[in-house]
Amino acid sequence: MAEREQPWVFRTYSGHSSAKASNELYRTNLAKGQTGLSVAFDLPTQTGYDSDHPLARGEVGKVGVPISHLDDMTTLFEGIPLDRMNTSMTINATAAWLLALYVAAAERQGVSPKSLSGTTQNDIVKEYLSRGTYVFPPEPSMRLASDIVAYTVEAIPRWNPINVCSYHLQEAGATPVQEIAYAMATAIAVLDTVKSRPDVTKQAIPKVVGRISFFVNAGIRFVEEVCKVRAMTELWDELTRERYGVEDPKARLFRYGVQVNSLGLTEAQPENNVIRIVLEALGVTLGRRARCRALQLPAWNEALGLPRKWDQQWSLRIQQILAYETDLLEYGDLFDGSAVIEGRTRELRDAAREELDRVLGMGGAVAAVENAYMKQRLVESHTARVRAIEDGSLRVVGLNCFREAEPSPLGTGSGAILKVDESAEREQVARLDAFRRRRNAEEARAALRNLEDVVAAGGNVMPPSIRAAHAGVTTGEWTDALRRLFGEYRAPTGVVARRSERAGDATSRIRERVHALSERLGRPLKILVGKPGLDGHSNGAEQIAVKARDVGMEVVYEGIRLSPSEIAQSARDEGVHVIGLSILSGSHGVLVKDVLDQLRKEGLAEVPVVVGGIIPEEDAEELRRAGVRRVYTPKDFDLGRIMDEVVDVVAESAAAA
Amino acid sequence: MNLVDDSRPGRREQALALLDQLESETPAPGAPRIGLTGAPGAGKSTLVDALLRELRRRGRSVGIVAVDPSSAKSGGALLGDRVRVRASAGDPEVFFRSMAARERLGGLADATRAGVTVLAAVFDVVLVETVGVGQSESDVSRLADTLVYVAQPGAGDLLQFMKAGLLELPDIFAVNKADQGAAARRTALELEAGLGLGEREASQWTPPVVLVSARDGLGIRELSDAIDSHFASLVESGELALRRRRGADAFVIEALERRYGSFGLDRIGGRGALERRLRVEPSAARYGIVAALAREIEEALAKPRG
Repeated sequence: MAEREQPWVFRTYSGHSSAKASNELYRTNLAKGQTGLSVAFDLPTQTGYDSDHPLARGEVGKVGVPISHLDDMTTLFEGIPLDRMNTSMTINATAAWLLALYVAAAERQGVSPKSLSGTTQNDIVKEYLSRGTYVFPPEPSMRLASDIVAYTVEAIPRWNPINVCSYHLQEAGATPVQEIAYAMATAIAVLDTVKSRPDVTKQAIPKVVGRISFFVNAGIRFVEEVCKVRAMTELWDELTRERYGVEDPKARLFRYGVQVNSLGLTEAQPENNVIRIVLEALGVTLGRRARCRALQLPAWNEALGLPRKWDQQWSLRIQQILAYETDLLEYGDLFDGSAVIEGRTRELRDAAREELDRVLGMGGAVAAVENAYMKQRLVESHTARVRAIEDGSLRVVGLNCFREAEPSPLGTGSGAILKVDESAEREQVARLDAFRRRRNAEEARAALRNLEDVVAAGGNVMPPSIRAAHAGVTTGEWTDALRRLFGEYRAPTGVVARRSERAGDATSRIRERVHALSERLGRPLKILVGKPGLDGHSNGAEQIAVKARDVGMEVVYEGIRLSPSEIAQSARDEGVHVIGLSILSGSHGVLVKDVLDQLRKEGLAEVPVVVGGIIPEEDAEELRRAGVRRVYTPKDFDLGRIMDEVVDVVAESAAAA
Repeated sequence: MNLVDDSRPGRREQALALLDQLESETPAPGAPRIGLTGAPGAGKSTLVDALLRELRRRGRSVGIVAVDPSSAKSGGALLGDRVRVRASAGDPEVFFRSMAARERLGGLADATRAGVTVLAAVFDVVLVETVGVGQSESDVSRLADTLVYVAQPGAGDLLQFMKAGLLELPDIFAVNKADQGAAARRTALELEAGLGLGEREASQWTPPVVLVSARDGLGIRELSDAIDSHFASLVESGELALRRRRGADAFVIEALERRYGSFGLDRIGGRGALERRLRVEPSAARYGIVAALAREIEEALAKPRG
């Protein structure tokens, strides 16, 4: 029997409302036996806006903690000695800034950067592909990412400067092959950029390669997931040896953390999600050869809203039972010599290598973002998945089969999820205001000027950012300085060039309805699909856009991060008959009402609005009272039915006009 | 815009009357109508965005019509272009309308032409963006005063374009992605060589080839200047009125042909006779003429032949 292995790091992705509230949550979680932290930042922080920016309205403290300046960061880790903590930060476009704040906060605690350990996600490619919190164009973004790598490799040697994410690719619909291939392509893009830097010596490359880590998804097909991580381990070993000449096998290890799948969690019979989470955790922990280094489990009720402390605790207990009660960690690799596992691993690896070569052939991951190749492939895969659930060929228990169920005693009502206090945003803005008055304004200005000068001259972004953090610069100011230098970016949506599906009976029937209604309207039924606010999760909106096109509608889809007034302006210019809004960040209350107000201002009060998102029933009721015609949540998987209802809604308002 | 896009009979007549009124009451030369076309992937949307910024910088209000292909199967369309046209956000001096090239409910020409007419009455400049897939170049050349062809380096598409004999249509060539350096310069040289060979109508204007990078904003000012000087040369030579007239006449004939076929046109003397008739027709009310001629054809069709 092998020596009992140390368990992986237990984390829970969390943070909300304010630095203080999140600090309390972290301390509670650590007291319960969590061994690392995983910080969720709110969308304004992730996209580089201060909490009082107009685009931040409604988003402050919603999907994570708002961090606008050094005092916020200091509060977030109060009473948590940073030299003994392993902190993972889900931060990308503004990663350099949040890392600078983290270093500054550590220095305030008297902790040297040399003794910090943790991870900045810092994977911008997948932001363009699925998650949407990019700010700058791909080229300068890659440069910022490589700045962090080049800096930490010397200054914070135990830091993982980048967590190459295949996680979000699976959430966006990627097949295992795509997940492997695109993650490898991203890692290559980063390493090639770092390698070409004049300030990184050839001798430093193995050290750099050894610091690259991955963030992987674990889905419900857990046997295949076992093979997926083994295929990744083998491919990475091969790549780092052949492409980067890394001799030391330890530096070639495929090191990865995991967040198990959220895509497959259901709003219907949500208690079943606990079983899914356990099985998904097995996929990445069973085999010793390719076991994860850190694991984050979602809460069973994530599809309903923000989880409570108890829900997070339940997920932590899964990890603890797996690691401490079972005999899992007492054995060597369980799958070595299994013909089935090895066969499937080989298939995945070979197919992924082929897809990777295709991406490299077109110029690598950045080129395949700019020409929308990867995005289109993901939208295709996701569309296929959604269709398979619709037609029943992909079974999801409780959702499209075995729907007969007893009422859950666990409760799904208003007390069953956490609500962010509406006063959180107001208080955060007040704190920011006080901070700005308190700081030495001249010092902050000088630090910002220095930042711009250094970055414009091609210097590493990290040192001037750390100086700016100490000088009291804010998240919005830091990002604005770089926006001035680099400009902002809008990524292709990936839905434009999609081919139509072969129409089934249901689709043909809806198409007939659309055409009949279009004749009555005098022109084709035109729908605007809009994503107001800062939420970048565009999968839902994209699926709706593609489906609407397939049933014969004209679809205006303009991508993510639109302000309510931009949406109203488009609705006016484009003369649409109906507007569909998608909001997954929980900010639907404020944002939808703002859109309705703007529509009234443009004289478009009669244009019907439908909304989709993670929306608890009582919020849905409120939205309907405010004039929203239909509200959809994750349990509404049947896109055909949604389209039917959109036709109803347009027909109703055409009849009323 | 919604009215002129409406194909219901009552609305249609209302719209046609409005369009004729706009056409005749807008003083010449009015707003320049600039068509942009090119193969998919040439970077037209990004170029429109850059051009829009430049025009706004020059203080001109801009109306834009973007035409996307629609699915022949479902009749649906994804009008996704606007995602990269961001200069307009929140700007009241910019109007952006996307349209599908609906096969089902009438051709590209109808709705686009109507949209351009309306926007030309309101805005300083009108841009029309279409995906270059064969027919649409000549369609858009009929409703634009200045046709800009957007090419990209490594121009396999350009070769097709030359083969199709479409090289004589554009007034300006913009070779996009000039940030790619040598490849873009080579494409520009090839184009200039190709232009030297082709036959063009006897006008003073020689189409310039402008290197642009929509991404980095390079050459956008030059492109905008080239568009201005082409328009000025049209006005000066009197070619503008002729060109608009020709475009409008072609539109009338196409509209009738689409509805009644060449069979219908034959009943009022055939295509050639119709062209001659339109050339001497004093009224500028082209939409009204379509209606009048349609009635004529219907009467002729109702009568027994002989």
